[in-house]
Amino acid sequence: MTAQDQIPAPSGASPATDEVLRAEHISKRFGAVTALQDVNVRLQRGEVLGLIGDNGAGKSTLMKIFCGFQRPDSGRLLVNGAEVVLKSVTHARSLGIDVVYQDLALVNQLTVYHNMFLNREIVRWPLLSNRSMRRIAKEHLDEMGVNIPSVNVPVASLSGGQRQAIAVARAVFADARILLLDEPLAAMGAKEVAMILDLIHDLKRRGDISIIIIAHNYGQVLEICDRVNLLQHGEITLDKRSRDTSVQELNDIVVAEYRRALEERQRSA
Amino acid sequence: MSDAVDSADKVLGRPASGGAGRGGNGAGRTLVGGLGAFGRQREATVLVVTVALLAYFGISYHSSFLSQVNAVDLLAELMAPIAIIAIGEVMLLICGEIDISVGFIYTFAPFVMYFAITDYHVPVPLAALLGLLTGVAAGWVNGFITVTLGVPSFIATIGTGFVLLGLALVVSRAEPLPVPSSWDSTGKWFAIPGNPWQWAPLVWTVVLVLIFHLVLTRTRWGLYTISAGGNLLGAREAGINVGRIKYGNFMLTGFLGALVGIQAAFYTSTVDPSAGGYTPMFYAVIAAVIGGTAMLGGSGTIIGAFLGAIVLATLTDGFDIAGISANPLSIIFGGAILIAMIANVQLTRLRQTGRTL
Ligand SMILES: Nc1ncnc2c1ncn2[C@@H]1O[C@H](COP(=O)(O)OP(=O)(O)OP(=O)(O)O)[C@@H](O)[C@H]1O
Ligand SMILES: [Mg+2]
Repeated sequence: MTAQDQIPAPSGASPATDEVLRAEHISKRFGAVTALQDVNVRLQRGEVLGLIGDNGAGKSTLMKIFCGFQRPDSGRLLVNGAEVVLKSVTHARSLGIDVVYQDLALVNQLTVYHNMFLNREIVRWPLLSNRSMRRIAKEHLDEMGVNIPSVNVPVASLSGGQRQAIAVARAVFADARILLLDEPLAAMGAKEVAMILDLIHDLKRRGDISIIIIAHNYGQVLEICDRVNLLQHGEITLDKRSRDTSVQELNDIVVAEYRRALEERQRSA
Repeated sequence: MSDAVDSADKVLGRPASGGAGRGGNGAGRTLVGGLGAFGRQREATVLVVTVALLAYFGISYHSSFLSQVNAVDLLAELMAPIAIIAIGEVMLLICGEIDISVGFIYTFAPFVMYFAITDYHVPVPLAALLGLLTGVAAGWVNGFITVTLGVPSFIATIGTGFVLLGLALVVSRAEPLPVPSSWDSTGKWFAIPGNPWQWAPLVWTVVLVLIFHLVLTRTRWGLYTISAGGNLLGAREAGINVGRIKYGNFMLTGFLGALVGIQAAFYTSTVDPSAGGYTPMFYAVIAAVIGGTAMLGGSGTIIGAFLGAIVLATLTDGFDIAGISANPLSIIFGGAILIAMIANVQLTRLRQTGRTL
């Protein structure tokens, strides 16, 4: 054993092999807009990472890169220690990465159970096994405590919060190792928020699922997450363990940044 | 109401949104439940219209309307081309596209078959296949311009339609060409006059309608077609290759256009550059919409379009038998189409507010 091996890893005690996801120097531009600039993120096995930041900070863009929907302009991704270039959502899914998009990606005209199984249908070639899908979807939603009239109704007839619950249930149900949740609490009532938070606690207790969750309520984030990253103008400006920070501190940083930018603008005007 | 709900439950013979155990026990409740389920089907309106029209002309003009000659006219000659093309247009409309060029695929494809036989001595069955593949290729081009190059299909297919018409006019020198009766051993499978082969288009129609009803309601392809039109971005985000779906539906429509063109060529014993065109395409789109397909994508039914095609064919044929002269016919025909569409939209609205037919 060399002396180097005994030096603990910089954050926490986990060795590098327990890092399920690592993003290095990720940049992404949309025309003139720089959505992400030299972003570094790491996620440990079993960890819940909170990603916070203002509207337009680049949070969703980062998630879409992690789930294979968009490609970064530069930088690299490592999944379970191995570098990968995610070719598609399906490719990311095959590596155990699943996502709840901010826009939910539900098809209004399809039933709840068809949405639950979208792009991973049960098929007895050439026909869909609607009966199996209906049964499994119902079992799963009941188990999660999601409250909807029936899995046979089109998603269009559900409320915003119900739709969100369906989207979350779909991702959880897919048995992902890395779960990306883009504002899963946005349209939810108090009871439903509690349901999703409980669900995340449950997943956390299992220990083998890692989660990145985007939310705007710092209190909720600190309650559920092991660590938070603050994204501002496409850059990570803070990376702290939840127990080492507070709602007050996060607020102060964000407001201070806002005042600084405002002053700068007034000065240049 | 989604296709998937409608159809899955229709196949199982259950009320559309009820699920098991909702039908009730008594015979009265079953009857009411059955009527309710019928009312909830999107095809219900157009089915009522179809039956009413057939009954009206059947009773008013029974001697001429109910003859075998007229049945062939109505079902094989008038209805089949509309219904077959409508299958493709329904799939395209659902996934958010349209094909204006399909009537010119109808025009052009038979020429490919014709010249393959006369100039290149290709055996007739193989040449017919080449004609059908021409339709598939034209559909691929429509897909390429729309999906890959990003031109809206409404404009893109107007353009390809002109090109196809031009090609047909150039190769034919704008003259109809005769189809010799020696080709009938192949032609009979498409359509030739006389029993039983004059019924071939009707058989094609029924088989294709059933197949694509299943494709739309019970397969992945159908689900992804609905997803592409219902939520394009969401479908992409879910990892669905929507481009492939759209290409496929353009190619299907091209195939169906070519099929109808080849049927017409054999049936009339001519390959005519003035056959096809906008009319069959518009009739097919109208049939689709009368049958409950949304112009904005995301929902539609093949069975509905089939019934819509029967409605249009019955109106055309019925007015002809009734002896309405050509000039005011368009007014009546247009009015009838508008009434059918308005009835459809209004009844759908009623249905969505919970009441049934
Ligand atoms: N597909 C796109 N095309 C062009 N610009 C985009 C695209 N997606 C995101 N952007 C831009 O990139 C920036 C970051 O957007 P992103 O959606 O990642 O923000 P966000 O942090 O998720 O914000 P919010 O909290 O409002 O969801 C924004 O300026 C946005 O306008
Ligand atoms: Mg976002």
